[in-house]
Amino acid sequence: MVNKEIVVVGAGPAGLAAAIEAAKAGGEVLVADLNILPGGQLFKQIHKFFGSSAHRSGTRGIEIGRQLLAEAEKYGVEIWLNSAVIGLYDDRVVSIEKGLNSGEKELINIKAEKIILATGASENVVRFKGWTLPGVMGAGAAQTMINVNRVKPGNKVVMLGSGNVGLIVSYQLMQAGCDVVALVEAAPNIGGYGVHASKIRRAGVPVYTRHTIIEAKGTDRVKEVIIAELDDSWQPIAGTEKVLEADVVTLAAGLKPISDLARLHDLEMVYNGVFGGWVPKHDENMESTQSGIYVAGDTTGVEEANTALEEGRLAGIAAAESLGYIAEKDAKERKDDTWKRLDGLRMGPFGEKRMYAKNEILACFPARS
Amino acid sequence: MCMRIKDHIILGPERAANMVWITVDGKELMAKEGEPVLASLLAENIIVNRYTVKRKEPRGLFCGIGQCTDCAMIVDGKPNVRTCITPVRQGMVIKTQHGVGEGGGKNGE
Repeated sequence: MVNKEIVVVGAGPAGLAAAIEAAKAGGEVLVADLNILPGGQLFKQIHKFFGSSAHRSGTRGIEIGRQLLAEAEKYGVEIWLNSAVIGLYDDRVVSIEKGLNSGEKELINIKAEKIILATGASENVVRFKGWTLPGVMGAGAAQTMINVNRVKPGNKVVMLGSGNVGLIVSYQLMQAGCDVVALVEAAPNIGGYGVHASKIRRAGVPVYTRHTIIEAKGTDRVKEVIIAELDDSWQPIAGTEKVLEADVVTLAAGLKPISDLARLHDLEMVYNGVFGGWVPKHDENMESTQSGIYVAGDTTGVEEANTALEEGRLAGIAAAESLGYIAEKDAKERKDDTWKRLDGLRMGPFGEKRMYAKNEILACFPARS
Repeated sequence: MCMRIKDHIILGPERAANMVWITVDGKELMAKEGEPVLASLLAENIIVNRYTVKRKEPRGLFCGIGQCTDCAMIVDGKPNVRTCITPVRQGMVIKTQHGVGEGGGKNGE
């Protein structure tokens, strides 16, 4: 058994921000992540972010990722990659499979003073005939391939879903040299921001609102995609089918929080539709119903990289405070500032409902015994 | 057909990488050391990673971040390896996985 003061699960924006805050204050921090590279989904965000200058608007996600990694290194955060956290036990013991898939894989149990869960989110699936065929994939999966690994998953893409992910990834697929043959949306209108939608329209991508995918056809990979128009009760209208030639279908139908570890360890959960599903209950310190276990980022409700960063900061500050590294008054000021920035991110027609959702989660937090 | 993105309007030209040889279903391929095995295969337009146990249906890249297991293959003799989170090393031997793979019980190879 190894001892560590703080173990962070997930090296995305929330996990890294938490680790940086805690390490900056003097804490000993280990971050474990399943993937080959740290940064979570930041390194595939090659577009400029929105928000105020306090949130580095106009900065590409990839740049924010690089800055976070530099800071993490500066403050001595230890990062284990290709390392899956496979269990949490009583008294905050974390089981890590280090060196996943390599010959030198080992199982290490760590006794932590504090645990911060920042496990992110996964993409929702849309089922239609042929949805399991190779070539049908999450929009985020395609984005990872083109922007991180720099390989195209195919040449002709049908995008399903016109929220921000669908719009941004469509544009990025074109930047990568793919042909986006259709953007298909079941609702009567495009879901995401106008600024992203305009880029797609200007590029001449055919947009099919009130349409859905009926079938993806092919033997060992997608060759054709059949779409059809929907009626007012979202049912396909017979006779409106169109056959599109495509070798990739990308699904952009929202995300859901990854909360397996939280559930496994019996943290109290609550369902929240706005946030994409079941999330662990937490207080204003991002501490869960089990003392010493914190949660941050998309695992507490799907939002965006900037909110994940701020929630990570809160968790990192609170964990460092409870270990005695930050005085109460100083910690309070910093947490208040962070909450103000979070409030700023949860404003406007798109953000407001997330503010209400977060308030609901904070309000249902039970009194800690 | 090579599916690698040589030049990119935001990311710039492809960065130099150490190229290594891997074997995929008996055929030798050049791959970038350290990239996910899955990416090396996609670069060569290989998109089927495995066939399912019962219906023998093809599966390939779905989530790309180690969550879904659709990209599992047999890597250096070990079945059920998620190729999207497994870095390429010189001399790796990769096989399309049928069912649960070699030594995996009655539905395996």
